Amino acid sequence: MAPLRIRAILIIQKGLAMADAKIDISLTGVLDADGKVVGVMPEFAREPAELLRLYRALVLTRTFDTKAIALQRTGRLGTYASSLGQEAISVGVAAAMQPSDVFVPSFREHGAQLWRGVTLKELFLYWGGDERGNDFAGPREDFPNCVPVGSHVPHAVGVALAFRLRGEKRAAVCVFGDGATSKGDVAEALNMAGVWKAPAVFVINNNAWAISVPREKQSAAATLAQKAIAAGIPGEQVDGNDVIAVRAVTERALARARQGLGPTLIEAVTYRLCDHTTSDDASRYRDDAEVSRHWPAEPVVRLRNYLTHSDLWDKDKEEALLQECGRAVEQAADDYLTTPPQPPSAIFDHIYAEAPAELVEQREAAIAQAQGGE
Amino acid sequence: MTELSLVQAVNTALKRAMSEDMHVLVLGEDIGIEGGVFRATEGLLQLYGDQRVLDTPLAEASIAGVSIGLAVQGFRPVAEIQFAGFAYACIDQMLNHASRLRARTRGRLTCPMVLRAPAGGGIKAPEHHSESPEAMFTHIPGLKVVMPSSPARAYGLLLSAIRDPDPVVFLEPTRLYRAVREDVSDDGADMPLDQCFTLRSGRDVTIVAWGAMINEALEAADQLAAENIEAEVIDVATLKPLDSAAILGSVGRTGRLVIVHEAPMTCGYGAEIAARVAGGAITSLLAPIERVTGYDTMMPYPRTEAHYMPGVGGILAAVRRTMAFT
Repeated sequence: MAPLRIRAILIIQKGLAMADAKIDISLTGVLDADGKVVGVMPEFAREPAELLRLYRALVLTRTFDTKAIALQRTGRLGTYASSLGQEAISVGVAAAMQPSDVFVPSFREHGAQLWRGVTLKELFLYWGGDERGNDFAGPREDFPNCVPVGSHVPHAVGVALAFRLRGEKRAAVCVFGDGATSKGDVAEALNMAGVWKAPAVFVINNNAWAISVPREKQSAAATLAQKAIAAGIPGEQVDGNDVIAVRAVTERALARARQGLGPTLIEAVTYRLCDHTTSDDASRYRDDAEVSRHWPAEPVVRLRNYLTHSDLWDKDKEEALLQECGRAVEQAADDYLTTPPQPPSAIFDHIYAEAPAELVEQREAAIAQAQGGE
Repeated sequence: MTELSLVQAVNTALKRAMSEDMHVLVLGEDIGIEGGVFRATEGLLQLYGDQRVLDTPLAEASIAGVSIGLAVQGFRPVAEIQFAGFAYACIDQMLNHASRLRARTRGRLTCPMVLRAPAGGGIKAPEHHSESPEAMFTHIPGLKVVMPSSPARAYGLLLSAIRDPDPVVFLEPTRLYRAVREDVSDDGADMPLDQCFTLRSGRDVTIVAWGAMINEALEAADQLAAENIEAEVIDVATLKPLDSAAILGSVGRTGRLVIVHEAPMTCGYGAEIAARVAGGAITSLLAPIERVTGYDTMMPYPRTEAHYMPGVGGILAAVRRTMAFT
């Protein structure tokens, strides 16, 4: 995707109460698909160490992704939602956040979770079907993945409202997909966040497909970012395959939130190079040729090209990084695979702070049954 | 002691909870300057300000959803849904999130929130304003469900619900909001969320009910006493978790059970109670369990509402059937 700036201005005239409403959606990009600088390089990107950190996070996310799919295909992991091609959104958003912010993800933001300190083992545990994968040792206040699409967006508003009410300079960051923008929950949440000037940043991972439904069948709106306008909040697009641009626009939005200027909706435009999940077969509804057309714009090679052009990267460094990420992922996978499942009693743990009598009885029965009793 | 109606008791409990704990917030539609459509939140805005009394946009699902975010962050939100018929929009949030966060995160994130809503019919309200959805919520693991039937119990149970570490759905019988007044001591004392209230003792038959139907149950018990039938009346105000022991104990003594609720019969909460008694006290039963409930119809419009509502006559007939059974 070539970086460009789209500006459409629509004047809406409302009978008696004359009001001009402008639809003004900008699209930010810094690197083009070949890694050439075509936009304004943000401050952080002048620091080579920061760029290398972003690149490492992209590679680690993809290494994890590859291993997760391999484990699923060999019956050692549950259904898994790949983030192939969308890593720059995850990494860019998380890199813009402060550790004290709260992340409220959907289910494809492994890169953000890793950046924020969720461990590879925790991710494997979660996707392997173990609740302990949500008991993050690192970001204790971050939300776990949300599977019912879009239903987590109001939670981010509540979290952000909590920050505002306590006068804290923190923000909630919520990621959801293009499909989620069709849900009432999302419209409600954006609206409430706008009314309350909640310090929240909403990021749409627009990967062009909601399982089998393409973007153009999801909404007649020209952009998804313009859904912000109805909520009275700023909305903008960013090249979602450009980790520098994603981080830059998210940082701007977070700065606004911390200044008390309210929420922002960011539509990060990317492409789902993978199936929806390991249970999906996208060839049923999508041409391989379309997927091939999008590969040249993918985010990892783009940043690598820029780093190479800038003499910050070479084949040896690449090889060393791949090995390092590979080792970390293999070790975490081993740790996951050798972690015994929770005991049968665990399904009764944490249903309530204190188990009521009926649950205590059921727990005892389940333990007895697991031990071969009656 | 002050004589309070049920809705005033709710208001008093909210004030008490908000005075005691800065983390308690109330939010909902028209709860601020309007004081709520039933005035349950009257005066709160003036006392606690618009940072703790939040008028929300008209969006029930997100009232529940935002409450979840607030609760996870350490607040104790008390959300008002204007009528229980509009709380169906909150079920996704309560079922998929509020009730599960603790278990999904192995206790890392918790959700101490209360979802309040007026429930039940008999007030000649427009359609969707007279629903009895308690069984929709009692079926959800991780939730607690409460439906008080007197001002004093509304006060004590609401305080417990607000102080509880888990999400509570608190259904207030609209028909009782202003029907009776009772001395309520605003002493901050709460009531356990897992115990039935035995409102009248009797040896012959156990009548269990909750919410507004408690009035019909007590009235029936009075009339039965004149026939020398002594009914024990149990208020199952804390529907979930269910105090099975109290009901099994009572049926163990009386041998007869009549369950009364306003919600439709099929899969109503009475079915759960009947199943527990069949499982735990079958040898004590001297007669089949009777259910006096709403019909399996939609809640009719006001002009025919009275035909739907279970009444004293139906309870009397059911009790007499159990007494006559041989």
